[in-house]
Amino acid sequence: MSQTTSHKNLLKAFVLPGLPHLLLAADKNPGWKKVRNSFDQVKASIDELNPDVLLVYSTYWPSILGHQVQTREMSEWTHVDDQFHALGSIPYKIKGDKKLGESIVKNAKARGLYAKTVDYNGFPIDTGSVVVHELINKDARRPMVIVSSNVYSDRAETVVFGKAAVDALNEQGKTAVAIVVTSLSNRLHTRVVDPKEDHIHSLKDQEWNEKFMEFLGEGRLEDASQLSRQFHKEARVHKVANFKPFWWLSAVMGANNLYAGEILSYAPVCGTGAAVIRLTPSNKAARDLEFDENDPEKYSGERNVLGGEDKDSNFEGGEGFHPSSGMRAGDSDDTFGRAP
Amino acid sequence: MKGKIVAGCLAPHPPHLVYAENPEQNEPHAECGWESLRWAYERLRKSLSEIEYDVLVVHSPHWRTQAGTHFLGVEKFKSISVDPIFPHLFRFHYDLTVDVDLSKAIHDQAQKRGLATEMMNNPDFRIDYGTIVSCHMTNPAWDKPIVAISSTGGARYFNMEVQQALSFELGQATREAIEASGKRAVLLSSNSLSHRHFVKEPDLPEDMSHEHINNHNQYLWDMKVIDMMRKGQTKEFAKIMSDFTEQATAETDAGSLSWLLSALDFPEYESKFHGYGTVIGTGNAVMEWRP
Repeated sequence: MSQTTSHKNLLKAFVLPGLPHLLLAADKNPGWKKVRNSFDQVKASIDELNPDVLLVYSTYWPSILGHQVQTREMSEWTHVDDQFHALGSIPYKIKGDKKLGESIVKNAKARGLYAKTVDYNGFPIDTGSVVVHELINKDARRPMVIVSSNVYSDRAETVVFGKAAVDALNEQGKTAVAIVVTSLSNRLHTRVVDPKEDHIHSLKDQEWNEKFMEFLGEGRLEDASQLSRQFHKEARVHKVANFKPFWWLSAVMGANNLYAGEILSYAPVCGTGAAVIRLTPSNKAARDLEFDENDPEKYSGERNVLGGEDKDSNFEGGEGFHPSSGMRAGDSDDTFGRAP
Repeated sequence: MKGKIVAGCLAPHPPHLVYAENPEQNEPHAECGWESLRWAYERLRKSLSEIEYDVLVVHSPHWRTQAGTHFLGVEKFKSISVDPIFPHLFRFHYDLTVDVDLSKAIHDQAQKRGLATEMMNNPDFRIDYGTIVSCHMTNPAWDKPIVAISSTGGARYFNMEVQQALSFELGQATREAIEASGKRAVLLSSNSLSHRHFVKEPDLPEDMSHEHINNHNQYLWDMKVIDMMRKGQTKEFAKIMSDFTEQATAETDAGSLSWLLSALDFPEYESKFHGYGTVIGTGNAVMEWRP
């Protein structure tokens, strides 16, 4: 099924942090301010693309009974974070896309998952989704469909859930920007730390964040996805089964490394690694890397990883190899496998 | 007059119990369900009706704060609490009063003992469903003020030993502050015992033909620790709390029960066992200690 799934409706992807400091207290730390300001770039980028919907996977919304999808037409509340309540209240109005949400659930069920819609007044929409919404879509110009992060799901289930979202978009012919709301390392300070003294909780977390951002900066989304378990082990607090946002994002956008990656900002927020990352579908693949090859049935030459001229269909992938089934909006002229 | 903890209770918070009680504050309505636990709560209420108390002090796993222990610091809260996992069962309109003086006193005493603490002074704050369920099932009239205490994530951030050490300090601070306040307090540890649950539910949530313990291992552990609590072996229980928490995936990881046992100074007397039941596979007991 994945070989025929089209990802053409996915225009761009973002990785966004969701702690409320970025919205309510950014001036208290230059790093927070830098990260907050890069949300303006995200907003401008989305405005330029003008997608039909913002598709959000939030690690701040844990679910237990399968997967939950927001389907409320308009969610209105004043949110206060459980822990960072002293920063203030966040009144919000989030517009949903009921039909798309219902279709995601329908397709998730069709793919064997347990999934539910959520349409209740006063439902506690998570801090991360609210913060991101207020920073990039405060006027509720575009509908936002938020999906939960199932606590127990592992890779296969998360990937399938991502594919269900693509099914729904394709079914309804809607374009989307995909957003995962997550920190990289997520170890918060366990004592109050003066904002001016904020730092990544440990050197180990910092090093893993840098490695992850190196991958994503090179557009290696699928490589980052494949590193999720190791990243979870090294740089995440083990509150859930695994680190899964990049499994979902890779499934939604296309499980490959064909992206232009940009780290728009990175800074510690309360000890966690807060990075704003943009991934733009592109035909230019990171070369000499891991997960940009297909699964050949017939030998037709090696992939050109050592440099030299592109021999057209001489690579393993050959003609027609494009994990996302063809060109997408924003594709460059660069061809897969071409040496620099 | 010296204040006193007049009762300490293990008071689990599955929202299903409120759902099945059909109070007017809850929007959804049920046909029946989880009677063994609801009737256990009924026995607890009857028992508590025999004593006088001024305040309920509740420690909840569902108000999670990593940077220290937080305490409600606003006198009145009125809103709706919607369970994020079971919104179809629990949409509860609450209107409650906080004993801010006692809340601040426990906060200050905990700080003196070296714990990281913070008062929660935001009037828009929404009360977690763990606090609400335990308080409602214990005192559905809501005619007593409450003190609500958050749970730190020490068991996940460090390990259960660290969480337990923090909870023991908090328990002692709670007792000292209550004694200094001159008030009579009932303490509620708002948690299940074994906590591995099913990840699907029947179309009719209160269809009890689907309800049973998630696995035999959990049942064995639940019975073991309930028996220890019944017999007053709480010090011994505290020593194996980490093993229980890990092996039964117990909700004691939040530190609520460790807090309660410490506040009660690890009772060696028998507790009242009001009942046990499962909710979506988790093990829950309603128990009471009378110091």
